Amino acid sequence: MADTTVARPAGALRRLRPSGALAGVVPFFAYTTVFLLIPTLVVAIGAFLDGSNRFTLGNVSALTQPAVVRGLVQSVVLSAVTSVVGAVVGAVLAYAVSTARAGSVTQRFFTSLCGVLAQFGGVALAFAFIASFSAQGLLSVLVSKVGLDTGAGLWLYEWDRGLMLVYLYFQIPLMLIVFLPAVEGLRPQWREATETLGGTTWTYWRRVAGPILLPSFVGATLLLFTNAFSAYSTAKALVPQANPLLPLQIGSSLSSEVILGQENVGKAMALEMVVVVAIVMGLYAWLDRRAGRWTSR
Amino acid sequence: MSGRSRFRRRQRVFRWVTLTLLLAFFVLPLLGMLEFTVQGPGGNGRSLETWRTLADVSQISLEYPALKEGFLASVGLAVVTPLVMLVLLVPTMTWVRLRLPGLSRTVEFVCLLPLTVPAIVLVVGLTPVYAWVYYLLGSSTMWLALAYVVLVLPYAYRSLDAGLRAIDVRTLSEAARSLGAGWLTVMWRVVLPNLRTAVLSASFLSVALVLGEFTIASLFSKKNLQVAMYELGKSDAKISVAVGLSALVFGFVVLFAMSFVGTRPAGAGRVNRLRRRRSQETP
Repeated sequence: MADTTVARPAGALRRLRPSGALAGVVPFFAYTTVFLLIPTLVVAIGAFLDGSNRFTLGNVSALTQPAVVRGLVQSVVLSAVTSVVGAVVGAVLAYAVSTARAGSVTQRFFTSLCGVLAQFGGVALAFAFIASFSAQGLLSVLVSKVGLDTGAGLWLYEWDRGLMLVYLYFQIPLMLIVFLPAVEGLRPQWREATETLGGTTWTYWRRVAGPILLPSFVGATLLLFTNAFSAYSTAKALVPQANPLLPLQIGSSLSSEVILGQENVGKAMALEMVVVVAIVMGLYAWLDRRAGRWTSR
Repeated sequence: MSGRSRFRRRQRVFRWVTLTLLLAFFVLPLLGMLEFTVQGPGGNGRSLETWRTLADVSQISLEYPALKEGFLASVGLAVVTPLVMLVLLVPTMTWVRLRLPGLSRTVEFVCLLPLTVPAIVLVVGLTPVYAWVYYLLGSSTMWLALAYVVLVLPYAYRSLDAGLRAIDVRTLSEAARSLGAGWLTVMWRVVLPNLRTAVLSASFLSVALVLGEFTIASLFSKKNLQVAMYELGKSDAKISVAVGLSALVFGFVVLFAMSFVGTRPAGAGRVNRLRRRRSQETP
């Protein structure tokens, strides 16, 4: 009883204050409105407007043009393949790194290297492959010594071969960064408990570690998908002229001359991208909550 | 016992095989870059010409003014972006935690929203906004920082959120307030020092992102380091590859150094240990 009487004035005071307290978050919301919400609305609304701001479905129906459909399909395939391969390889790498002593130089070295490759990249990564596979480049010489014909290195500039390789070069490192905390959450006691109960290594992975890691693994794969799907700079630096992917098509719709009646097709393509990413991120958020059961402690 | 040691040995072999293979995958293209920059004229022999040019600051700024301009712009952006981000996020997040916990989901949602809005989409939507920015404030490259803050929001939010979670902001600020501190003092002398690690890591993430940013700058026809490098790639491949390699190596060195600095601030460990002990004692 005594507690409630003491608490009441404080509660009443708190109820009086919110108008003042709200002022503290005004700068944040003003900023994000101008630089995040308005741009998002410009895309979302602009996709349904024509050149003179009248409602139209023309931009959306322009998305069914064969070139645009091809861009979307190739983007999705590229992102799906590099995210699955990147996730599998990156997960093995993350486990290997996690078996090193915590805080050892090996761990720090790999997380830093992967941090740079995953986040810093773009143009420089594309250059790395262009230089390595140039006529006298290190890797083209190496590959031709092994006896493989690289066909003058032209494969590097095709979306389903070279681009995939270069994308893996930042997808695998991103997987390490995203997945390492989950792998480090595996407790040695769980393995010991499995062994005590007569389980083999296979049982441990199949019945204990696998199911625990699965939500994080799928979540990380989805994150990798959106990462590849939204990437622009690497592809732009590798194939500056062609537009095999959706982001490149949006970019060129911004910088090239617009055809009358097509002013807002770029916005429709941008909206299409947001929809794809939003679906994937929604799945990710749901999985992340499930994965959090085991990692948060 | 022998089973355990065999397991340890197998694990060590697995680790070294995996790490070596992937290290080769990561490092070979970088070596390819290095090898490309030291190729002699016509692909014959070796020459350090490119690196000599790059090391000579006066020569590089004379011969490649675009590179100098882009480099300076990127450095400026890498200073301004984290500053704006911190001024915007740290007080807001602290304030929401202390006074408006009901808003925390909204703030989180807004901060994570850029994850679903790729940079290329943001460019499309920002075009009219930037028409106003240029009209009101002039068309300096520095205004790109305003858009970059949005790009770094999710990453900065996550690390600051983790930092705020690890300290007891309410108790700290109530203690400071009861000793007569104003909100500014609480922010500057109590919250910020306790968030040192989180602030550092959020800032470094922002710096890395800004130095690597290409999409927005290139489509707004502004010259930052990446755009300059990209354009130089068309005319003088060797210099641009050398710049790219230097940028990657620089980024790696910074992150590697950071991994030693950021992990163990003297105070935080003690507080956490205390808290853990307390939570074990309470039933």
